Amino acid sequence: MIDFELSPEEKTTIEAAHKFAEEFMRPISRYYDEHEHEEPEEFIQKSMGLRSQGGVFGLGVAAALRVEEYCWGDAGLMLAMPGPGLGGAAVFASGTREQIERFLKRYGEDKPCWGAMAMTEPHCGSDTAAINTTAVREDNEWVINGEKIFVTAGKRAMEKSNGLTVVWATVDKTAGRAGMKPFVVEAGTPGVKVEKQEKKLGIRASDTVTLVFDNCRIPFDNILGSPEVRKVDKTDTSGFKKAMATFDATRPIIAAMAIGVARAALDFVKETLEKEGVKIRYGLPRQKLTALERDVMEMESQYKAAKMLMLRAVWMMSQFQPNNLESSMAKVKAGLAATRITQKAVEILGPLGYSRKYLVEKWMRDAKINDIFEGTGQINMLVVARRILDFTREQLK
Amino acid sequence: MISFSPTEEQQMIVNMVKQFATDEMRKVYRECDENGEIPQKVIETAWGLGLVSSCIPESYGGAGGERSVLTGVLIAEELAWGDLSMAMHVLCPSLFVLPILEMGTEQQKKKYLPLFCGAKFTAATAALVEPKFNFDPNALSTTASKNGDSYVLNGEKCFVPLAAESEAILVYAAEDGQTQGFIVDKGTPGLEIKEREKNMGIKALATYELALKDCRVPRENRLGGDKGCDFNRLLNCSRVALAAMAVGVAKASYEYARDYAKTRVAFGEPIASRQAIAFMLAETAIEIDATRLMVWEAAWMLDKKMEATREASLVKFYADDMVMTATDRGVQILGGHGYVREHPVELWFRNGRGFATFDGMAMV
Repeated sequence: MIDFELSPEEKTTIEAAHKFAEEFMRPISRYYDEHEHEEPEEFIQKSMGLRSQGGVFGLGVAAALRVEEYCWGDAGLMLAMPGPGLGGAAVFASGTREQIERFLKRYGEDKPCWGAMAMTEPHCGSDTAAINTTAVREDNEWVINGEKIFVTAGKRAMEKSNGLTVVWATVDKTAGRAGMKPFVVEAGTPGVKVEKQEKKLGIRASDTVTLVFDNCRIPFDNILGSPEVRKVDKTDTSGFKKAMATFDATRPIIAAMAIGVARAALDFVKETLEKEGVKIRYGLPRQKLTALERDVMEMESQYKAAKMLMLRAVWMMSQFQPNNLESSMAKVKAGLAATRITQKAVEILGPLGYSRKYLVEKWMRDAKINDIFEGTGQINMLVVARRILDFTREQLK
Repeated sequence: MISFSPTEEQQMIVNMVKQFATDEMRKVYRECDENGEIPQKVIETAWGLGLVSSCIPESYGGAGGERSVLTGVLIAEELAWGDLSMAMHVLCPSLFVLPILEMGTEQQKKKYLPLFCGAKFTAATAALVEPKFNFDPNALSTTASKNGDSYVLNGEKCFVPLAAESEAILVYAAEDGQTQGFIVDKGTPGLEIKEREKNMGIKALATYELALKDCRVPRENRLGGDKGCDFNRLLNCSRVALAAMAVGVAKASYEYARDYAKTRVAFGEPIASRQAIAFMLAETAIEIDATRLMVWEAAWMLDKKMEATREASLVKFYADDMVMTATDRGVQILGGHGYVREHPVELWFRNGRGFATFDGMAMV
């Protein structure tokens, strides 16, 4: 039955997440935006207390809605919260039972711990199949060599905690996408080094680093999924596709992040207008609305549209339904909507929007990342287009 | 619990309506648009599906099914996918039946509901829109003033579907500045049904202008009696119905353009192989889905009897823009072929433009 009612438990955890965002994120939001590489130690400790409420991460409806609340608080700080992150999601999605136990257990312990995913390389971003990082089998080990950039939470995962990074590498360059495999590299493994920490437009509390792998040796069974490369047919990329299914699980969560930032801006605009005595007259015919009312209604409906698509994608996942198309739809829409809504908020609020005295300008900078990471808006649009047309990558480039 | 899956029963109804839309509406819609008429057989077949009468309680001769706005929007989308004119025609009696069912007095229900439980299509309608550019349903120019035991109606209406053949018309008018509904029976003195309107789209739907000149109706014809009606709720039920129909029209255009783009070859490959075309289609697909889900949420709220003015207005607002963009792209993707009437996209484009103007012309 079509239903939009949250269960009492869901409501409670979402309210708790909102309260946390309000009390512990908003007050330090500006500080960690302006002190980019400083560690929010106290905040991290406080976030550890959240695990009793279902944790920071997760892949269900309630988890996505909690992410929305945290990002309403601060998207950068949300990404600094300890947890398995994207790396954990990859382990969860394609690891064996033994691997899940071995790798994810640490996230239930008392010390803060992070997880990361390393895909992008200096010469390739969206074109993931072009990666150069290699994994070569030597006896009972894999030897990894290469350089990964833009690794979210890479420093926290590999240097500041006993975390892990899921690294994508090729076991056979001639096999193209079929040769690409995800490997788990744990913190403290010799041969992996955290280099350059990026300075960014927004989400500055989130650490973004370069990881260099120099003859980094990991156990053979740290590979996620099958080590087999089906060389017979180069077009057989079912293994690759299966591994990429991780993104079907994480894209709606990224969408939820965008939606949280968008709502922060939207709420601020509405509160400011209300204080000034400007009421949005819903239900008035459009030719009678003021331009301002139209703008706010446009922002609000964009927010709703994005949220509905996000909810559907996470709901499908929770029902174990394939959601490749729907999660890409959600990601495209949320990235665009958040970008537009926050930009419009700065415009509407004028000097209040542009001034660093308030957070609106920060939200606009934070929001932009949602249109870029985990697949740019364009790449996700391409995924959607191929799916609706039933076209292969050769038919639609 | 959040869920996006219709009940089995809803799915059965949707399948049935989709079948009807495919087998009946899609066979004749171009012809209907050209000659402005809908075959009686199609109307009667639709009536036979019980889309209007199913929610009338057994005590008034109906099927006694559950009244559900959500089921209504699912039906409205499929019908509009088939053809908007026909969708509005076959659902037109609901404009009269639903307000009476939800807000009518016992006497009004007893008198009118049984009329719509027969085997043959029975027309009834509602008159809301007025012929002026800044029409506002909450600030109507048409007035109702109490005069002894009756109300006197004065004003002009337009976009009244099936007015000429309707047994009764629910006329919305301002009574001391508040919009209320008044039942005007066929042939009431002072009610003048003018010539059939000629519109840019929905050409197969017969719509009319009305003039009310000192049109006197008995006091008991005020919708809901002394209590009156919750006009805002009626408006919201109409907003979600129209938004659902906008989704149906947009989907029709999108599907046609998508299939065309896959087969139309230019520069040695299907035009859908170009991102300029593929991205237009992808974006349209995303917007159609987003709008549909917003419609569902607003409809769900209305079923829960929640205040839904914000949600219903937002989705109507969003859907009006979405359907225009979607149908415009339908024409654009077909290029010159989209401009000629051999293809249906121009028809959907004309129909799509209407949504920003349509108010209270469908209800679920």
